[in-house]
Amino acid sequence: MRNAFTIARRELSAYFTSPVAYVVTAGFLVIAGYFFYFILYYSQEATLRYLFNNLTTILLFVAPILSMRLLAEEQRSGTIELLLTAPVRDWEVVLGKWAAALAFWLVMLLPTLLYPFFLSRFGDPDWFPIITGYLGIILLGGVLLALGTLTSALTQNQVVAAVLGIGLTILLWLIGAAGDFAGSSLSGFFQYLALSTHFYDLTRGVVDTKNLIYYLSVIVAALFLATRVLESRRWR
Amino acid sequence: MIQAQGLTKTYGDRIAIQDVSFEVQAGEILGFLGPNGAGKTTTMRILTGYMPPTAGRARVAGYDVFSESIEARRHIGYLPETVPLYPEMTVAGYLDFVGRLRHIPDRRARLAEVMERLHLEDQADIPIGKLSKGYRQRVGLAQAILHKPRVLILDEPTIGLDPRQIIEVRSLIRELGGEHTIILSTHILPEASQVCNRVLIINEGQIVAEDTPERLTARLKGGERIYVQVGGSPDGLPEALSGIEGVTGVEPKGNGGYEVICALGADRRAAIAQTIVSRGWPLLELRPVGMSLEEIFLKLTTE
Repeated sequence: MRNAFTIARRELSAYFTSPVAYVVTAGFLVIAGYFFYFILYYSQEATLRYLFNNLTTILLFVAPILSMRLLAEEQRSGTIELLLTAPVRDWEVVLGKWAAALAFWLVMLLPTLLYPFFLSRFGDPDWFPIITGYLGIILLGGVLLALGTLTSALTQNQVVAAVLGIGLTILLWLIGAAGDFAGSSLSGFFQYLALSTHFYDLTRGVVDTKNLIYYLSVIVAALFLATRVLESRRWR
Repeated sequence: MIQAQGLTKTYGDRIAIQDVSFEVQAGEILGFLGPNGAGKTTTMRILTGYMPPTAGRARVAGYDVFSESIEARRHIGYLPETVPLYPEMTVAGYLDFVGRLRHIPDRRARLAEVMERLHLEDQADIPIGKLSKGYRQRVGLAQAILHKPRVLILDEPTIGLDPRQIIEVRSLIRELGGEHTIILSTHILPEASQVCNRVLIINEGQIVAEDTPERLTARLKGGERIYVQVGGSPDGLPEALSGIEGVTGVEPKGNGGYEVICALGADRRAAIAQTIVSRGWPLLELRPVGMSLEEIFLKLTTE
């Protein structure tokens, strides 16, 4: 665990020296601000619910870009050889990488705390859905970044990692729609698989353990697979 | 300190190394010598736990590199061929990171010690991406010795350096040889003969020779050779030379020069000089011919 923390620490500081991270953060905040303004202007409602729902679409693209470098770059530049020959277990490498990406996602969300502040200045927002909404978007970030970590383990090429990641996140986001074609018995299954189903509850202020367990299990599964992919490099 | 038994590694159909066995005693500097693609890096990667062998076993510092990999890795310092550096990090930041990964006690003091030893103090706050190749190599070495490993594995440590840096790195390795058991790979032959106690020549994934650089040289040239040149090429010179006790053969080398082959260990230079001078022939040149490692290497790897 201490090793995972060491790796996460290094990775997080690498984010702050990477132009990609700054560009993505700037882009994200511009779009978030734009959504916040227009949603508020037209709805006249002191809520962040619609903002969170819209931000998920952006996050589907942002997360894979944030995570594309994690393992792909180490494999390309050969620094992976340092990590895999240090007395560190493979899962610690993967966990550390993902944790750093998640920490950077929290940093990106920090400026958005201004929005609830504005809402409370000029209105009377219901705080509970705002808090659960943040919980939801943080968890969703964790899930998408874990999937991105997995695709980053698969290749040495960051662009390939990002494109694969975006494909995978979009697929998991939209898979609920497959239920509509699959007939009633399977529809529930596809609904459950889809990332989106579990998100909308949280932005409404409903905390259901089913949703939390779903998100956590996707994170664990993706990181587990990423570890296996990393291990498989040793056998080739 | 290091035992490798029957190491074999295949990538699909391609055999990278086959049945490689060797031992390295504590304090020894062993050189892996071989052309590019001979399997040196593969062997080293197996020893460092980067990848497991397809067959065979290896132990480092008493630990199996596969089943007790984490324990074995604690005792190994490894400098891969492409030095694993993060260009955006400073030298001090990078070494601090490696120190944390290795759980080095009293990290700051050890970091300062290693940076001083490798003359990196002035580079401490420079991003690694801005360093010259020579400095990067030193940072790589610093990373490898940081945790005072019992075994150092250095893959082509002098590749891409300029001659002055090469001399520096070699003397550094010799110096480190006192404290660590070292395996280094190289395809530069003088390097092996200058730095190593023992050389292992690998070709096409197999060990083709193993000995000290001196003995390897002696064994392969099949005797001492002495080059002799006499002015005017007098008749009867070859006969006179082969008449000397201990001389086993004489080969003409052109321009009136001859190579005299003597039995191993016999230095017949005095006798040769006397024979020539006593007949009144003008002796122009007389020198021992060492068969260079290059020749041995070519002989071994092309046969």
